[in-house]
Amino acid sequence: MTNVTMTVNGKAVTGDVEGRTLLSSFLREGLGLTGTHVGCDTSQCGACVVHVDGRPVKSCTVFALDVAGASVKTIEGMANADGSLGVIQQAFQDHHGLQCGFCTPGMVMSAAALLADNPKPTEAEVRHYLEGNICRCTGYHNIVKAVLAASGQDVAAVAAE
Amino acid sequence: MPKDGGIGASTVRREDIRFLTGKGRYTADINLRGQAYACFLRSEVAHGRINKIDTAEARAMPGVLAVMTGADFAAMGGNPAGWHIPSRNGDAMKEPKRPVLAHGKVRHVGDAYAVVVAETLEQARDAAGAVVADITELPAVVDMAQAVANPDLRVHDEIANNVCFDWGWIEDNRAAVDAAFKAAPHVTTLELVNNRLVPNAMEPRASIGDYDPGTGDYKLYTTSQNPHLSRLLIAAFVMGIPENKLTVIAPDVGGGFGSKIYHYGEEAAVLAASKALNRPVKWVADRSESFLSDAHGRDHVTRIELATDLEGNFLALRTETLANVGAYLSNFSTATPTFLHGTLMAGPYRTPLVYVNVKAVFTNTAPVDAYRGAGRPEATFSIERVVDKMCRELKLDPVAVRRKNLIQPDQYPYTTPVGLVYDTGNYPATLDKLIEIADFSGFEARRAESAKRGKLRGLGLSTWIEACGIAPSNLVGVLGARVGLYDAATVRVNATGNISVMTGAHSHGQGHETVFAQIVSDKLGIPASSIDIVHGDTSKIPFGMGSYGSRSLAVGGTAMVKAVDKIIAKGKKIAAHMLEAAEGDIVFEDGKFSVTGTDKAKTFGEIAFSAYVPHNYPLETLEPGLEETAFYDPANFTYPAGAYACEVEVDAETGRVEIASFACADDFGNVMNPMIVNGQVHGGVAQGIGQALLEAAAYDDNGQLLTGSYMDYAMPRADDLPMFTVDHSCNTPCTHNPLGVKGCGEAGAIGSPPAVVNAVIDALHRGGHTHVTHIDMPLTPSRVWSAIQN
Amino acid sequence: MHNFDFVKPSSVADAVRAMSAEGAQALSGGQTLLPTMKQRLAAPAVLVSLTGIADTRGVCLDNGALSVGGATTHAVVASEARRYYPALADLAGGIGDPAVRSRGTIGGSLANNDPSACYPAAVLASGATILTDRRRIAADDFFQGMFSTALHDGEIITGVLFPIPEKAAYVKFNQPASRFALTGVFVAKYGSGVRVAVTGASTDGVFRWTEAERALSASFTPAAIAGLSLPSDGMIADLHGSAAYRANLAKVLTGRGVASAH
Repeated sequence: MTNVTMTVNGKAVTGDVEGRTLLSSFLREGLGLTGTHVGCDTSQCGACVVHVDGRPVKSCTVFALDVAGASVKTIEGMANADGSLGVIQQAFQDHHGLQCGFCTPGMVMSAAALLADNPKPTEAEVRHYLEGNICRCTGYHNIVKAVLAASGQDVAAVAAE
Repeated sequence: MPKDGGIGASTVRREDIRFLTGKGRYTADINLRGQAYACFLRSEVAHGRINKIDTAEARAMPGVLAVMTGADFAAMGGNPAGWHIPSRNGDAMKEPKRPVLAHGKVRHVGDAYAVVVAETLEQARDAAGAVVADITELPAVVDMAQAVANPDLRVHDEIANNVCFDWGWIEDNRAAVDAAFKAAPHVTTLELVNNRLVPNAMEPRASIGDYDPGTGDYKLYTTSQNPHLSRLLIAAFVMGIPENKLTVIAPDVGGGFGSKIYHYGEEAAVLAASKALNRPVKWVADRSESFLSDAHGRDHVTRIELATDLEGNFLALRTETLANVGAYLSNFSTATPTFLHGTLMAGPYRTPLVYVNVKAVFTNTAPVDAYRGAGRPEATFSIERVVDKMCRELKLDPVAVRRKNLIQPDQYPYTTPVGLVYDTGNYPATLDKLIEIADFSGFEARRAESAKRGKLRGLGLSTWIEACGIAPSNLVGVLGARVGLYDAATVRVNATGNISVMTGAHSHGQGHETVFAQIVSDKLGIPASSIDIVHGDTSKIPFGMGSYGSRSLAVGGTAMVKAVDKIIAKGKKIAAHMLEAAEGDIVFEDGKFSVTGTDKAKTFGEIAFSAYVPHNYPLETLEPGLEETAFYDPANFTYPAGAYACEVEVDAETGRVEIASFACADDFGNVMNPMIVNGQVHGGVAQGIGQALLEAAAYDDNGQLLTGSYMDYAMPRADDLPMFTVDHSCNTPCTHNPLGVKGCGEAGAIGSPPAVVNAVIDALHRGGHTHVTHIDMPLTPSRVWSAIQN
Repeated sequence: MHNFDFVKPSSVADAVRAMSAEGAQALSGGQTLLPTMKQRLAAPAVLVSLTGIADTRGVCLDNGALSVGGATTHAVVASEARRYYPALADLAGGIGDPAVRSRGTIGGSLANNDPSACYPAAVLASGATILTDRRRIAADDFFQGMFSTALHDGEIITGVLFPIPEKAAYVKFNQPASRFALTGVFVAKYGSGVRVAVTGASTDGVFRWTEAERALSASFTPAAIAGLSLPSDGMIADLHGSAAYRANLAKVLTGRGVASAH
């Protein structure tokens, strides 16, 4: 076991991990942050996406020790300070951008990374950016719509929820 | 209408808050004090004889608590088939035992034969690597035609030719159908494959067994769409424990699509291991395990023939299907290709004569069972493809042909030649609506624009129907079901006026917590925020048959409405007592019980409080408390229907198909929450497009799964799909449930695959590739390109 | 996965030392290696993370060539190489998905030499030079078949030098599931001639289509290759496409690359 320290959602955290401990395992089992989900083992589904130093990463495909000292943000850190839903989260609720909720944390984290890079993406840009996040419930329609809405764009013209 | 929604409002979902903030509680998120971790060993060969499983070295590994093998479960019962389907010659179907862990033989890659339990997951996995299994590989049979034809290849030694049953529907009509074909002016024949799929709910299966040695109670947390059925199967059939000593909890479940309806051996194994070790035992599948061991879907090989006159009037329809059931019978695997498929072969049409033959075939592959739509997509695909082919052969307009063969609005109730009675519908209306919303009249201009960019554009259509809201116990009982198909709900009004509704339906994405509360709110006139929907816990809920087959609202929702009606009836009794009026003079409206024609009234809250503080009740005639339970068993299936159109662009140089647009005109009966209904259609259509263009579970000849991860199994991604146009304004309310609802969960997956394939064939024909009459799904770039070349 | 010791050196020298340990394996992003380790198909005793070496990260011009550090992520190449070598930036921006691009590196991709990876096509078509801790290797010598390279045990890619072409394009046709290249073609036009590299298609890994190079060097137009065809012998045949299909794709994509080169 090796001690690892990093900042998670603004708080310094520390824990003992093995070399093979994945960041996703450290978050879920080590810190009890079970909002980060694991949906595959080939780095494809994106349910585990978190931000490491502001960039989206698949936390199931990163060793905890490889991000020692980094600043990590998870879905648990996405709400406003008063606990209300953040802009992207609120848009997902408003536009029915989730059903079973399993892919949702990764989807929200990827959407946040997109909007940080590209504050007014087109529909095609949203779809392209989300290619590493698989959703089996929504057909993506309302996810894309929610992300466009979260960027402040008018989605009234987009077909119904 | 109450403050925050009610029936028909697009109320946003309350459950979203926890999912959006990382506070959902899925099975894998639950950690019990002292829990140990299970890792299953799975066969690497498709068929093999287990000679010896040496666990000594594994048992000695650090942290290992137990290693169990099939022998440890040999005395237990098997996981049963839920429906008995006799063969047309009257023979009973073949039902081999499906043990908790494979014993004697392994029968598919991924068949679990041992489980290691250790202090940590990594220790369990490390020790699994030290189990030495001496398994002699036997010849595997993967291809159904070969399985039926070769008497030397047997998945189960006792079942010759691997045929589970050879079913004819309806046998008495067979001669008349054959005669109609002989006399028909035109017969269109199509051989097609309905491709095998892996459901791929994003949450992999997981189970935690927790035995309490103090009380002898078992508790199972599991990823289930159907916790009561799992309790029944585990208690009564597999483990032989009293049903009252087992609680099954399906907490937040990350999608199901059918794959989580069933009981799986891992559930019994973690319960047994928990009892043996006196501590909770947790198992979470990784995606690779899910691919190998979740029940797969579809996998039919069908020959369909359509007899018509030269104007395209349908005269008769005949099909022969081989349906893969895999290595063992999953709980509904015998119903899916028969009563959820054969009975739908009339579609929305007036075809007077239909005969269906289905042989269910064992192979050395994972079990196959219901996947979103379950039998109905297979039926719809066969019908809609052969209709399209016929139109091309006779040079008829596919819209006009469909229109003239549709059941007309004045023909209900309509009895089909395959045993169903459609209660209501208006299929021409949804077809007309589709033509409008999909802008058929603008197609030619869009095609010309695509052509300028070097792309072939095509338009495909399907009209579809399904039987869902499954369903009447008396009917399914006749058809071979060994379970009833009703549902139950309890409405508990607390003394302070808020309400807990315990429903037998289970939400794993459908939004019951929101929609069911909308309905109760609407009926009782109290805010939805005062109503909680409780689901997924057998210790809290009277009973339930779970959620699948688009049944939650039509069956579970109706049970809830009936329980609400009982609450209102009881409330009237209480109000009559409090207001000193006759019960018959009490009316309930807008959340108030009042004496008709007076201003004397009690609010719902006052009635609730009185029910629990019954200081002056006439106890002989008025019982305290305000809690009611209803079981509801419907009179018929419900019959959602609709018409779908797809436009594609085909890149002839690469074979790549792009979905340019997709439109749906559906009749779901009354709609409780349009936002959620639209979302259900979007998701279903995405899965249907996935089946049509991307997805296939492929085994090689040795039974190795070639598509065992997302590296090879193509899931639809955001950039594979367009925005969808959906409409459900043409609705004909269901005639036999009080909400008038029909169900919407499977529709998208049923109606879409043939629309996509028809569109691609149309594009190729318009592009001059008229030799292409059919391409089997999925229409991958490689397959489309190859079809063009040949 | 099997356990291992994890080390993260901050200099190339320390990394080379760490790599001399028994069972050492380099980790440079790990977007392919980790899934492999999860399947227990790779079981290193020591994992040496190379992404902590500041000297091997980043993009800059070096004597008119584009120098990309071995531990530079795809995301950084996609953004920072754009003004120097847009086709290379396009390629990097199309690898995997955004989260994969945050971690995956050029060095990791090249050392792995997956037959369906994108970077080998750019490196080979650019006639790039692979820089290691001990030598320089020409692209034409580096790729030695599927998952095989000229690297010695313990040798670390510290960077890649890309001569900047007049025009280039990478056209990738996705394998529908993995989103790797079912086939991808990199076309690069230099004053000295045109180079065409094809990935995803051949059982020998990335290769140069010399016949097309000759034709395009004479006339850099799609029409120049219209009469050519690639033999399907030696092409990969799998669930996602036959050998003939891949041969066809290579040709179609080459034409499209020429048409879109910038």
